[in-house]
Amino acid sequence: MKKLLIYLKDYKKETILGPLFKLLEASFELIVPLVVAAIIDVGIGSGDKNYILKMCGVMVLLGVVGLVSSITAQYFAAKAATGFATKLRHSLFEHIQRLSFSEIDRIGTATMITRMTSDINQLQSGVNMVLRLFLRSPFIVFGAMIMAFTIDVKAALVFVVTIPLLSFVVFGIMAISIPLYRKVQAGLDKILGITRENLTGVRVIRAFGKEASEISEFHGQNEGFTLMQMKVGKISALMNPVTYIIINLGIIVLVWVGAIRVNQGDITQGEVVALYNYMSQILVELIKLANLIVTITKALACAGRIENVLEMEPSIRENINSVSKTSKDIGKEEIRKDAVKVEFAHVGMTYQGAGAEALSDISFTVKKGETIGIIGGTGSGKTSLVHLIPRFYDVSQGKVLVDGKDVKDYSLKELRQKVGIVMQKSVLFKGTIRENICWGKEDATEQEIWEALEIAQAKEIVDNKPEGLETQVSQGAKNLSGGQKQRLSIARAVVKKPEILILDDSASALDYATDARLRQAIAGLKNIMTVFIVSQRASSIMHADKIIVLDDGKIVGMGTHEELKQNCEVYQEIYYSQYEKEEKHGEA
Amino acid sequence: MAKHKSKEKSTMKKVLRYVGKYWYLVVLSIILAAVSALLTLYVPILIGDAIDLIIGQGKVDFTSIFAYLREAAIVVLVVAAAQWIMNVCNNKISYYVVRDIRKDAFEKLQILPLKYLDSHSSGEIVSRIIADVEQFSEGLLMGFTQFFTGVVTILGTLFFMVMLNPKITIVVVCITPVSLLLASFIAKKTYSMFRLQSETKGEQTGIIDEMIGNQKVVQAFLQEDNVLERFDEVNERLRKCSLRAIFFSSITNPATRFVNGLVYAGVGFTGAIAVVNGNLSVGQLSCFLSYANQYTKPFNEISGVITELQNAFACAARIFDFIDETPQTPEKEGAYVLEQVQGSVDLQEVSFSYEENQKLIEHLNLQVKPGQRVAIVGPTGCGKTTMINLLMRFYDVTGGKILVDGTDIRDMTRNSLRTSYGMVLQETWLREGTIKENLIMGKPDATEEEIVAAAKAAHAHSFIQRMPKGYDTEIKEGGEGLSQGQKQLLCIARIMLSLPPMLILDEATSSIDTRTELMIQNAFAKMMEGRTSFIVAHRLSTIKEADIILVMKDGKIIEQGNHEELLGQRGFYYELYQSQFR
Repeated sequence: MKKLLIYLKDYKKETILGPLFKLLEASFELIVPLVVAAIIDVGIGSGDKNYILKMCGVMVLLGVVGLVSSITAQYFAAKAATGFATKLRHSLFEHIQRLSFSEIDRIGTATMITRMTSDINQLQSGVNMVLRLFLRSPFIVFGAMIMAFTIDVKAALVFVVTIPLLSFVVFGIMAISIPLYRKVQAGLDKILGITRENLTGVRVIRAFGKEASEISEFHGQNEGFTLMQMKVGKISALMNPVTYIIINLGIIVLVWVGAIRVNQGDITQGEVVALYNYMSQILVELIKLANLIVTITKALACAGRIENVLEMEPSIRENINSVSKTSKDIGKEEIRKDAVKVEFAHVGMTYQGAGAEALSDISFTVKKGETIGIIGGTGSGKTSLVHLIPRFYDVSQGKVLVDGKDVKDYSLKELRQKVGIVMQKSVLFKGTIRENICWGKEDATEQEIWEALEIAQAKEIVDNKPEGLETQVSQGAKNLSGGQKQRLSIARAVVKKPEILILDDSASALDYATDARLRQAIAGLKNIMTVFIVSQRASSIMHADKIIVLDDGKIVGMGTHEELKQNCEVYQEIYYSQYEKEEKHGEA
Repeated sequence: MAKHKSKEKSTMKKVLRYVGKYWYLVVLSIILAAVSALLTLYVPILIGDAIDLIIGQGKVDFTSIFAYLREAAIVVLVVAAAQWIMNVCNNKISYYVVRDIRKDAFEKLQILPLKYLDSHSSGEIVSRIIADVEQFSEGLLMGFTQFFTGVVTILGTLFFMVMLNPKITIVVVCITPVSLLLASFIAKKTYSMFRLQSETKGEQTGIIDEMIGNQKVVQAFLQEDNVLERFDEVNERLRKCSLRAIFFSSITNPATRFVNGLVYAGVGFTGAIAVVNGNLSVGQLSCFLSYANQYTKPFNEISGVITELQNAFACAARIFDFIDETPQTPEKEGAYVLEQVQGSVDLQEVSFSYEENQKLIEHLNLQVKPGQRVAIVGPTGCGKTTMINLLMRFYDVTGGKILVDGTDIRDMTRNSLRTSYGMVLQETWLREGTIKENLIMGKPDATEEEIVAAAKAAHAHSFIQRMPKGYDTEIKEGGEGLSQGQKQLLCIARIMLSLPPMLILDEATSSIDTRTELMIQNAFAKMMEGRTSFIVAHRLSTIKEADIILVMKDGKIIEQGNHEELLGQRGFYYELYQSQFR
């Protein structure tokens, strides 16, 4: 929590004034019983109606002042709390954006979204509540006690016994029931799990005729959950009756002691009434305090979780000092054909938390303008390999060089500017098609956009939409088919004419004919782009200048289609499982 | 509107039916609520009486005070006991009721037609069975604990106050509505602010979902700054409208407190005057003051409870909608139990459509002899699941009939039909539990040896053994922690174990590496021997070896025959063959 307090820094004034105004209100509230006592002892005692009227006026006045200071306090609290949450959300969002892929993988997007939304919301209401009540409730409890002492020390001793006893019971019951509530929550999660499982697996469950046994399992969980609820319910149901007993017995003792004191002539009847009123005030505030503590505990847990994310450092540290090349230099490089564009030198890579290497001892060079095919089974390391080029992950061994320079020596911006990537899962964002394509190049001209669409075989998608480029893409691009999404995300990567284009299994939803046309169009970009095509389909990569065959994170073959067909066992396996064996016979 | 009302009524009726089962608890709870509320109000009177006797120095009547205080102590204990028992009763009622509802909902889930489940997202259904039921439970509990007590308290307070002094009562009764009006006025005014806040929140969550969910793409395109800018714009708007909503709604408490203060001052004034005039004692005044403090509380509580109850009933209505959904056609009385399956499958004039106006399959005739292989071929999304749906009777045909071993599948028990098929789908599904528990789904009494043999046949044994606890390794929901290929192997092993007489296989190509895939092919081939099999096929070899090929496109079966016949037709299959396999 400490680290998060800096986000309250800009609201210093509010964080201090809010509780202070609350205290002011509370102090006025504490005076009321004294005024009542005065009415009884002085007003009634002497039968002075004017005095009574005056005192009631004082009470109304106290109420007005209390109202004003309380509203002021609420305003400051709300302002500080919302301002705090806004700043925190901004920082957390910014922070998450800076995290590298390793951290994103480790935390998981679902978790990050929860941190950003419900956790921060909870924290916001926690801060709000604390600013409002944190000082007020204890102040009233102790204030009432002190006021009682000013009236009569001996009678006030009743408070000294009652309040600790009451606090002990209230917090004791909470201390017992809160962990139990957590168990109840776990029980509910279990029931939720079974229900979800039964929905996602409905076909399998019915195929195995397991309906009855599912019901009986659900019964068991449901029954256990109810019993647990009941058990906790019984304990927390004690809260009200027990506090009621304590406070009222306190009052009874108080009246008894008061009677003795009055009889001795130490206090007046009105003062007994005042003591009685203080006792009632304490009860109300203690219950508020208990609720406040629940809120604080929850908020603190949220704060801890948020802090964990904020403390996570991006594992990829960029070289900020890298000198960006001017466009002139790039122009010069264009001339140098045959230059080595990308080089992997004995690269090994291990994912965080994984035991085995995902890639080991990968070495190859790619010349400018070449097309490289990467093929292999699932989990063979294809995606891991291409993700090293824009430095989404860091190598654990060896080096990756782009234009002869270690990727670690580039600034991320400069490096990623060179690379256009189409990821396996094609993602478009809410907005127009134009806006989506312009992600690749902010200032793309009309002509550049259409060129990119044409290359990506996506022109017809846009042509078929009445609103053309201005067509809205809905959240998650639900209004587009898988193939359409894929082609548009290819266009997005192509539009900036990157020096290196990576297509990570990004034609899987395309039919063969479109795939072929796409490959042809990309082949036309040879003079400006170096292209990596990752695929499981032999047909997608067989025309590449060089094919890298991966198996279990190692290169098991490298060469052209013809070469590999002759000498690479894994490649043969893949190829012939997709193309008929007869072809082999036919050729042989 | 009228419809709305009648729906509300029927929801009410249904709730009452569930609650009615525990009527004795309800009666007990109501009695205890009345007792505790009335006695709670009696305590201040006793205390007031005692205070009245504390007149001044040397004039205190200790014996009488003691009597009053003793009575007060007894009443307090009775109230506390009544409250506790009442709370426990209320807990029981609401927990039992929602337990019953949850149970009914879950049982319903098992007999709902797949048509319903396919057309509703699982999130939506889960939220009904879990979140709505929880919300309902909370509302019900709150209703029971606070509604009745609140009403009794208000009536009781009024009664006691009138008994003490009618004039002062009028002061209280006149001023209190102001606090209620004020509260509802603020609530109304802030409603639109809260709506704006939740809309803005929704907008922001949208951005968060989209951007954080696809953080990798954002980074790949160096869009961090732009995205942050967009986020900040919404964030700032959210701050402004949150501040307004939170602040204005937070005025409610101080404002009602202020009105209560007024009531208090009013009572103090009129009461004190009455005391001076000799119409009231000081003890009664203090009692009045304590009533004035309590009187408004139940009003606020009740208005809170009413919104809560409305909410709860809305949830209940959604749950009952689900529970009352038409279940699948019940099985016929004495339905045939399919046993000793030969494996002949006969589709006669079968028609089927998901939507009435969108005909998919019409007059399909297909005879599969025992042991034959049927390959279902077509581009992705061609509707191969439709065939599986019909064969397994997940959906009923809309015309014609399907016979297994000469019996209409609608005349046999669903259970016996479905367990006669072994099904391996591409979307693997594993449940939370150990690997062993997952494997024995089709054969709960399998021995250790059988399980290992099946796993070996499916090439799953070696990786299972490498897992931390072997066959007793717990897998999480959805099989998290296992690779897609491993999950598939487990699903295959599951079928290998029960080895039913007919098979439905979805030839999975994408998620298993080539070597494993070859091994699975062998396993499949072994499994298919002598068994009628339907295979959603991607591999040419499988297709060519099939006895019958069904070519599907856009949900329809467009060609049917064996490889040579279909090539001869030079139709869609021919084209497909040329483009994909050449």
